[in-house]
Amino acid sequence: MIRVILPAHLRSLAHVDSEIQLEVSGQVTQRTVLDALEAKYPMLRGTIRDQVTQKRRPFLRFYACEDDWSHESPDAPLPDVIASGAEPFLIIGAIAGG
Amino acid sequence: MSKVRVLVGTRKGAFILTADGKRDKWEVSGPHFAGWELYHLKASPADPNRIYASQSSGWFGQLIQRSSDGGKTWEPVGNKFTYDGVPGTHQWYDGTAHPWEFKRVWHLEPSLNDPDTVYAGVEDAAIFRTTDGGQNWQEMPGLRGHGSGPKWQPGAGGMCLHTILLDPKNSKRMFIAISAAGAFRTDDGGTTWKPINRGLHSQYIPDPTAEVGHCVHHVSMHPARPGVLFMQKHWDVMRSDDAGESWHEVSGNLPTDFGFVIDIHAHEPETIYVVPIKSDSEHFPPEGKLRVYRSRKGGNEWEALTKGLPQNDCYVNVLRDAMSVDQMDPCGVYFGTTGGQVYASANAGDSWTPIVRDLPAVLSVEAQTLP
Repeated sequence: MIRVILPAHLRSLAHVDSEIQLEVSGQVTQRTVLDALEAKYPMLRGTIRDQVTQKRRPFLRFYACEDDWSHESPDAPLPDVIASGAEPFLIIGAIAGG
Repeated sequence: MSKVRVLVGTRKGAFILTADGKRDKWEVSGPHFAGWELYHLKASPADPNRIYASQSSGWFGQLIQRSSDGGKTWEPVGNKFTYDGVPGTHQWYDGTAHPWEFKRVWHLEPSLNDPDTVYAGVEDAAIFRTTDGGQNWQEMPGLRGHGSGPKWQPGAGGMCLHTILLDPKNSKRMFIAISAAGAFRTDDGGTTWKPINRGLHSQYIPDPTAEVGHCVHHVSMHPARPGVLFMQKHWDVMRSDDAGESWHEVSGNLPTDFGFVIDIHAHEPETIYVVPIKSDSEHFPPEGKLRVYRSRKGGNEWEALTKGLPQNDCYVNVLRDAMSVDQMDPCGVYFGTTGGQVYASANAGDSWTPIVRDLPAVLSVEAQTLP
């Protein structure tokens, strides 16, 4: 079970109150986590990564185990503690704007 | 008695204002989609409880929301806007070629007779269409393929397609406008388009009478007379009596002919409204006085409408999609400001009252008349 924490606006959009739990089959990477997230919550498609290029939206960041994974390959395996659900995968909105 | 519903898009959410036919007591619902930018909301003329909303954010991109119960509940629908084929380039601010990139939906125009068909005007400028209630969107590529696309360039607000007018007497004819490219028309249902900018004169482009490049801010059409168009250009209020084939200026005695909105009385096709703004570098009313100007003669002769509007220290703007009229008699006129006020007139502009005073900056206003 993968745990994912979304920014507040995306929690509202997905109608979830707190962290999300996802089943990911196969290797746990940023891509497979986001694929599973978008499959379970289709209203999130396009809000985290571009639907055509699959690139991360510029004002979002991906954190895992206190490291910024935003610039890592989307196909790189995430840490075991993310894959086991011991630690959450964080999707963070940039602190900017009003 | 009929009811009026006013759909308001703001920088931080959507609000729905409703009143009975007297239009003196209003209920305010919202914010819907709190914290998001709502560039535009519009209801289907064929099903007034079907409303489409453009919801966007610098963080999370574009969403389209749809309501089937007059805005009480919403569901997100398709938000994939992919340009047809190789997107190509337009002019960037520095004159270099810049690839077309989708940024947001500025305007949603539901079909006149099918609640599931909607046209979307987007930035970077293009027109998209859905025929399945917003689930899937396809570009109508003939517009960008017209050939002048590489000469289009963004205005200060971006290169947006902000106006879509559907001709109620000719289902094959549509008008659109782009800042800063100009106005275009199709006579074959959107397959091919032609620029309709003859008569426009814009000092800020190298050739002031060029075929494209004009910063058109908004265009309005009365449904009973679709061949007559009124335009608020960057500077100049313009009129066409031949479906855009030619334009002539009708700014007349306006204190300034810069502005964004332009609209037409529901029952008097020669009665038009603008809100003059001081200049392109000072986006607020002249002399700090918020005045709607009305012409009852289709332009040139204008009267200031001030009753109920602030006449000192007012420095708000009224953006291009932020004025609308209802279908009541007398006609109601509505507009929203960047200061968060939505003003209503239940007597065709003779006097005004604020429905709300302290919303986020208003981006769009659309009035509906309900049975």
